[in-house]
Amino acid sequence: MNRSVILQCEAVTVEFDGFKAVQGMDLRLEKGELRFLIGPNGAGKTTILDVICGKVKPASGKVLFQGKVDITRRKEHQIAELGIGRKFQAPSIFPTLTVFENLEIAMRQNRGVFATLRAKMSAEERDRIEAQLAMIGLEAKADWRAGGLSHGEKQWLEIGMMLLQEPEVLLLDEPVAGMTDKETDKTGELLHQIARKRSIVVVEHDMEFVRNFASKVTVMHEGKLLKEGSMDEIQQDDRVAEVYLGKRRDVDVSRSTA
Amino acid sequence: MQLRTLTPQRIYILIGYAVASAALFSAPLFMSDFRLNLLAKFLAFAIVALGLDLIWGYTGILSLGHGVFFGLGAYAMAMYLKLEASGDRLPDFMGWSGLTQLPWFWKPFESFAFAAAMGIALPAVLALVLGYFTFRNRIRGVYFTILTQALVIITVTLFIGQQAFTGGTNGLTGFSSVLGVPLSSPDTKRMLYWITVIALLGAFVLCRYLVKSRFGKVLRAIRDGENRARFIGYNPAVYQMLVFSISAGLAGLAGMLFVLHVGIISPFMMAIVPSIEMVLWVAIGGRGTLIGAALGAILLNYAKSEFSTSYPDAWLFFLGALFVIVVVFLPKGAVGLFGRLKFPKRKGQKHEQVSHSAV
Amino acid sequence: MLPFLKSWKVLCLFDRKAYTQQVHKRGEFMELIIGQLFNGMSVSSILLLIALGLAITFGLMNVINMAHGELIMIGAYSTYLTQNLFIDYLPSSMFNWYFVLAIPASFLIAFAIGLILEFSLIRFLYGRPLDSLLATWGVALMLQQLARTIFGAPNVGVKSPTWLDGGWMLMQGVVLPYKRLFIIGLVIVTLFAMYLYIYRSHAGRRMRAVMQNREMAACLGISTRRVDATTFAIGSGIAGIAGCALTLMGPIGPALGTYYIVDAFMVVVLGGVGKLVGTIIGALGIGLTNTLFEFWTTASLGKVLVFLCIVAFLQWKPKGLVAMRTRSLD
Repeated sequence: MNRSVILQCEAVTVEFDGFKAVQGMDLRLEKGELRFLIGPNGAGKTTILDVICGKVKPASGKVLFQGKVDITRRKEHQIAELGIGRKFQAPSIFPTLTVFENLEIAMRQNRGVFATLRAKMSAEERDRIEAQLAMIGLEAKADWRAGGLSHGEKQWLEIGMMLLQEPEVLLLDEPVAGMTDKETDKTGELLHQIARKRSIVVVEHDMEFVRNFASKVTVMHEGKLLKEGSMDEIQQDDRVAEVYLGKRRDVDVSRSTA
Repeated sequence: MQLRTLTPQRIYILIGYAVASAALFSAPLFMSDFRLNLLAKFLAFAIVALGLDLIWGYTGILSLGHGVFFGLGAYAMAMYLKLEASGDRLPDFMGWSGLTQLPWFWKPFESFAFAAAMGIALPAVLALVLGYFTFRNRIRGVYFTILTQALVIITVTLFIGQQAFTGGTNGLTGFSSVLGVPLSSPDTKRMLYWITVIALLGAFVLCRYLVKSRFGKVLRAIRDGENRARFIGYNPAVYQMLVFSISAGLAGLAGMLFVLHVGIISPFMMAIVPSIEMVLWVAIGGRGTLIGAALGAILLNYAKSEFSTSYPDAWLFFLGALFVIVVVFLPKGAVGLFGRLKFPKRKGQKHEQVSHSAV
Repeated sequence: MLPFLKSWKVLCLFDRKAYTQQVHKRGEFMELIIGQLFNGMSVSSILLLIALGLAITFGLMNVINMAHGELIMIGAYSTYLTQNLFIDYLPSSMFNWYFVLAIPASFLIAFAIGLILEFSLIRFLYGRPLDSLLATWGVALMLQQLARTIFGAPNVGVKSPTWLDGGWMLMQGVVLPYKRLFIIGLVIVTLFAMYLYIYRSHAGRRMRAVMQNREMAACLGISTRRVDATTFAIGSGIAGIAGCALTLMGPIGPALGTYYIVDAFMVVVLGGVGKLVGTIIGALGIGLTNTLFEFWTTASLGKVLVFLCIVAFLQWKPKGLVAMRTRSLD
């Protein structure tokens, strides 16, 4: 292993009122890796993302960031400051702020109160935001209230916000849900592009998308790690097939249950 | 620094501000002393409304406790005025309650500067402490609102109960002079009026700076989605604490001015009903717009002074009905109604354009 | 604000000073404790009755009803009217029984007004707790003014039935007045009826279903509109019963409800939303600590201490004693 590990989950267990949503889950993410996390409903995929970004505190286990910081003890905003960005399933942008303002506050910067009180928009910051606007195709709508955007545009805005946030690790929960085929392909290419510099974990139900863009896939089932490997290895695995559809091997049909 | 483009709309707005300020400053020229005193009181209320709008309109946190912050400011100033009026003697009500010596915490209030500083600092610090213990634990929404209401109840109960130190139900009154100048003289009143105008304009400029800065955008982001803001890396609790504290400080400032104009402060003036009425000022003017909040305070209090004495019963019905109508049908208040009539097609885009290029 | 203090004093049956003297004289600690616990219990039981409706409507519809206090007032005036009807139209030998009729009358009148309120206003405010708080406060103001117009601003007295005079001597020096025992009994009966309704009836099952998952319940064919309206009206009716009970404690006036509403809300904050048991514990907690603190210190300091206790408690459990978990982001 030459590449350094950026994120490491060790034996993470999460309980909700006695129900174990995640049981002893391990996950190692290397720098510049694009990892897909799949599994049937209730497998604990979203929960493990929640643990990494601090939304849910695990009952036991550790999550090490850059090999040293145990982030399970940190608060959400501290984890975000360390460099872990999260995109939720439903587009969550700030509806009464304009598109431009959404990007402005998401941009990497000092987020203390006194810093934002004195903050002035520099020419360099403006250029960065405008470049990002161009990339997500919302230049013409920069002054719109974000709440007035279409579903797909909101998704793009949120991706734009994440990119300006410049996190080391991106956690994406179903980023292509509700997107057209064309947009889905664009997103996939974008993910590969981003993964050159950063690490990404994607939870996805869209098997077509996973097959087209995944290099390494982790399958979860009932809160545990079931299988990890390339897409081909996953598709050949009997246990994965069984989990998804009884005895049948066609993983693709799982989309209907998503 | 961005270039400020002077669009026609911007020019109109600037002219509007200039005319309004000029009118306020020259009001003593064409108003009777009695009316001027009333207006001064309303302007002090407008300062409360500005602060309340910061926390409610922009940050989405409803405080029903601003009467307390207002009252603390007012009491701080009143303590100074009472000591000045009493001269070397013990304030009268203390004697009635059997005190023979000035309590230690009253002593520093012999200084005007100390009293004025406390009038802002006390409410600001109280808000900071309450904010620390609530926002940090994500106690928000109605839970926070109910706690602020409980704060009102206990403060009022405490002020009534500790009669020897606070003057009890009668509150503090019977003032004569401020800094050696008699309070009752028309010259003093006019001077106090101008000070209030300056305070209001200062508060307005401060609030405007806050809401237009990136800080203000984060506030609105927290209002839209507190958790989302958290996952971007902002700590909402710190923002909420700070803005709550600023808001309380402004209420304290208004309370000090109020006492100077009216000459009395009692626990009833910071009780539940006045506190919630303050919220109505903001609601009716339009939450989330500073001008709306300030105008709401002035207009509603003007209406109150016109009608409540001649038709007290009808006034309460009217007030109640106003609450219902504004909340259910006019969530953006009068300014929202006006905006809808005036620019039916623009969907507020114009406003947003102004807001980010003006930073 | 003064009557507010008085009303609390009324609730504190045993005068503090008299008690302290007694203790000094006789040195019996047990009496003191039992007396205070009993006071705390009766305060709690009334708070519980008031908070019950609030907790249910907040849990079910995410609506904060500030006019709840005025439903208490309506219940109290209903009792007053029932009394007057008995005095005017029935022989005086029947008078003692007016109270038996007054309880259902208070419930029904408050129930009906709650239903009207729900239909005309509350249903537009579902899921907007802060707005509902403000709008219902406006309603509260109007109802108070209405009461003032109809019945006059001064307090009116309601004569308690004679069979509630006197008290039960528990031990030497501790007399538990029948009125308070009756109130505690009334609360227990109401609570039991509520328990049966929520956990044992079909209507209650529908209500819990809507509370836990509104969309799913609607999909399963439950008329959420009807459930909301009925629940709100029942909560209002219980407030009416609380108002009826309060007539036993002292004179009543148009602002009767405002003295209790904030305390009742604190019970909801403390107890959390969604389960009966949270409200019960919350009410007992606030009622008892309130009485004890007021006894040990003064009425005003006691209130401050209770408030500090509540804030301290919320540091530990920010969502109250029982909280429902959700997965949604905000």
